[in-house]
Amino acid sequence: MTAALSAPDLAARLEKEFPGAIVESNADSLVVDSVKLPDIASFLKNTPELDFDYLTNLTAVDYKEHFELVYHLLSISRNHSLTLKTRCYDRENPTVPSLVALWNAADLQEREVYDLFGIVFSGHPNMKRIFLWEGFPGYPLRKDFGDGV
Amino acid sequence: MEIESGGRKYSYSDTLLDSEEGQVIEAFRAANQQPYPDPAGWLDAEALPANVLLTTVDRVINWSRYRALWPVAFGLACCAIEMMCTAASRFDIARFGMEVFRASPRQADLLIIAGTLSWKMAPWLRRVYDQMPEPKWVLAMGACGTSGGIFKGSYSVVPGFNLVLPVDVYVPGCPPRPEALLDACIKIHEKIQKDRIVRKGGSQ
Ligand code: SF4
Repeated sequence: MTAALSAPDLAARLEKEFPGAIVESNADSLVVDSVKLPDIASFLKNTPELDFDYLTNLTAVDYKEHFELVYHLLSISRNHSLTLKTRCYDRENPTVPSLVALWNAADLQEREVYDLFGIVFSGHPNMKRIFLWEGFPGYPLRKDFGDGV
Repeated sequence: MEIESGGRKYSYSDTLLDSEEGQVIEAFRAANQQPYPDPAGWLDAEALPANVLLTTVDRVINWSRYRALWPVAFGLACCAIEMMCTAASRFDIARFGMEVFRASPRQADLLIIAGTLSWKMAPWLRRVYDQMPEPKWVLAMGACGTSGGIFKGSYSVVPGFNLVLPVDVYVPGCPPRPEALLDACIKIHEKIQKDRIVRKGGSQ
């Protein structure tokens, strides 16, 4: 079975490398500052004993006062996994750095999150809708979509 | 269209094409908010017209039509699995002369729409329907075809195929069992048998 890495242990280690970047860490996830996300992600990928070479899933959650981005990371060589999260508080122009350069799997999934939540991933080579058509009004997975209809 | 970024090459659809497609879909959605009336007049129609000669001609034509009703394959979602099951050996739609699922609408008489229809797909369903030669019949399979089913009220699903084209027979169920689909096919056969081709341009 794939072992889930203990987020608090990892957080202590990351805190040394990236002071102030860890927002929260609990038993099942590690929440980081979105500005530092690309650096932390690349550290997780390129550090040999962590070696997160596989992004299995990327999604978002709308908590009304903020969006939360969820990245499920897996290391095939080390057989361990991690749930990495980041938050975005801007509802008008939500922007999060793209991770396509690190994991190709992020390409289509970031477009899906953009399509359904309207979160823009800066640095994505082709940020456009994927399922819905161009000109679709609004972002349907936002909690306020269709309010008053 | 290829984009090069970060030393990698990505292949993407053209942005101009995307926005043209979006316009087609939005226009189609705006134009199809009222349901087509169901062509259900045949339900009360009498089985046999009186005139002997014309009746015989009608009968032969109708017989040849309903005995070899070729469906066009239009599986959109989970219902399509049941449709394939209906076509396979256990339920065997070939017993009704209907096993020839055509890949081209130009060779088919019956459109079995099996599955969930999204607005993005709807213009192309209408195109397939328009490409079928007359006479043609439409069978809406599943709760999605009747009303949108579990997706009714969703942002992207057409709530009922009758917004897009006139539907002859609806099959309830989510998904309907193959028996139910076969029963619906037999209803279409009944409708064809009541057709009076010689006297007027076919019954509704
Ligand atoms: S009616 Fe049910 S089984 Fe059929 S396509 Fe819709 S959701 Fe799937």
